[in-house]
Amino acid sequence: MSHNVPAGSKPTVADLDRPLYTPIKRRSFFMYAGATAGATALVLAGCSKDDNNSPGMVSVGSGDVGVLNYAYALEQLEADFYTQVRSGSYYTSLSTSDPIRLILDDLYYHEVIHRDFFKTAITNANATPIQALKTVYPANTFNSKSTVLATAMAFEDLGVAAYNGAGQYISSAQYLLIAGKIVSVEARHAAIIRDLVAEGSFVGNDIITLTSANKATGDTNYAPSGSSLERSKTPSEVVAIANTFLQDGSKLDVSGIR
Amino acid sequence: MNFFQIISEIEKVDPEVYDRLDSRRAVFKHMSGLGQKLTAAAVPLAVGAIFNKAYGQTPAGLTAVNVLNFALKLEYLEKYFYQLRPTALFSSVNQAALSLIATDESNHVSFLTTVINSVAAGQAFADPTVTAFDYTAGGAFPTALTNADTYLALAQSFEDTGVRAYKGAAPLTNVMANKTVLTAALNIHSVEARHASHIRAMRRAGSPSSQATPSLGVPASPYDSKPKSWISGTDNGGAAAPATSAIYGAGNDSGAATYGSNSQTGSTAGVTFPAESNTTQGGVPLSTSTSPNFANFPASAFSEAFDEGLDVVTVTTIAKLFVRSGYTVF
Repeated sequence: MSHNVPAGSKPTVADLDRPLYTPIKRRSFFMYAGATAGATALVLAGCSKDDNNSPGMVSVGSGDVGVLNYAYALEQLEADFYTQVRSGSYYTSLSTSDPIRLILDDLYYHEVIHRDFFKTAITNANATPIQALKTVYPANTFNSKSTVLATAMAFEDLGVAAYNGAGQYISSAQYLLIAGKIVSVEARHAAIIRDLVAEGSFVGNDIITLTSANKATGDTNYAPSGSSLERSKTPSEVVAIANTFLQDGSKLDVSGIR
Repeated sequence: MNFFQIISEIEKVDPEVYDRLDSRRAVFKHMSGLGQKLTAAAVPLAVGAIFNKAYGQTPAGLTAVNVLNFALKLEYLEKYFYQLRPTALFSSVNQAALSLIATDESNHVSFLTTVINSVAAGQAFADPTVTAFDYTAGGAFPTALTNADTYLALAQSFEDTGVRAYKGAAPLTNVMANKTVLTAALNIHSVEARHASHIRAMRRAGSPSSQATPSLGVPASPYDSKPKSWISGTDNGGAAAPATSAIYGAGNDSGAATYGSNSQTGSTAGVTFPAESNTTQGGVPLSTSTSPNFANFPASAFSEAFDEGLDVVTVTTIAKLFVRSGYTVF
């Protein structure tokens, strides 16, 4: 059953009862149907009960709620990761006063707090949080220092790039400030995890524009070589990575964020 | 000097001086702490900071160029601070990190200068040169450039201030309205947070002249001298309390600056600048009782999970402490 119903939005078009599949350009569809960039997303109502052709994507919706659900999704992923870290054999081998264990503890607390905060905030905005996502990791991810730290690094750097790339889609000053409050903490996380992987790698050309540019000139996110700006990512770029850690049925559709 | 006498004298001409100084009246706690602990040299600076906060310029229509120039000035402050780093006092691993940060700040100066001049030719704030800055803050930190611990204390202070400053500026009306400027601001903001995290690791690990593994330090409550990479409560006033306390304290959300597309002032727009110890986010109080999933969490986690922004006026007050007498930057 395709679930292309953006969370929290209301049906507006009665005769759209064909579900959309991922490859279709949603942007042109929305324009055709008359939706504007700031409008609540159209709901593709009336998925046929007989439609079993592809596992459902989880749509984050659009507008500010779409961005909140997008953030909620990423925090779910991070919270799940650190939860699983704590029962893995690498973490449990560390003494309770080990500096790495202390850091992993704090990261767990922070990401669970972020996750539950977003669920509450979305509910308080009278919108519907997306479902609980089901994750998947390569075998033995949680059994060695190198895989735990490498995965943590990937998630934290991705989170920073995601929040930075999503800011432009937020219309509420309050929500933008909240996103800002979280992203700097994720950047603090990312920096120390990177340092644990390799001393002094808290910044590097892979994540800031130290020795090469980001994007093409003219792109909103463009920054030239030698500017030392974070390499922010669009929602699509982010979920291309995040979806590799999400099971079928939990993969994210962020086409509503625009 | 009789501090309170000064204020009551001012009250004769400005009956609302008490409200201006700090709407939450927390400033009086500040004052009593200041009186006891500051060196004689630093008292006038702190007093000046408090009065500047009260009567400093409240920017109403901050344009995107204004905000970018404000950021550029902060980057110059950092650029020259790192340029003047006392390399010989640090281990090779620490030298490499400081060099990397120095490169980043210089890069930020270049980038912001180019961006400003591209949208408003010739309007980028001109290089004030290194002599415009006094990192001893008029003698409050005499060993700023000669002692590794003092240097790192200031480094943490500048980075944490920069993070709060960019965050406080992002929701401004004219920044949100310009997606390119907003994204650039966010993309510098997170880099400063990375710097802050690493500087904190350097301080936490100690032994700056010989340290080879700064990532492996262990923090120690109350986190002033051995901080975490994230801010826990107010970190007991920061690296050099009470002089650094304002960096972790509340800002001013009742100024004239406007936020969001509806050009609302701070608290109306939901933009507030509480101290770093704040644990209520978006109206949601966060504690172990907020969610069953938080059941055994340490209380410190709730303030650590979120950084706070700081308004332009309060940041300016802090930054001005490091401008050499006779020079104007902020």
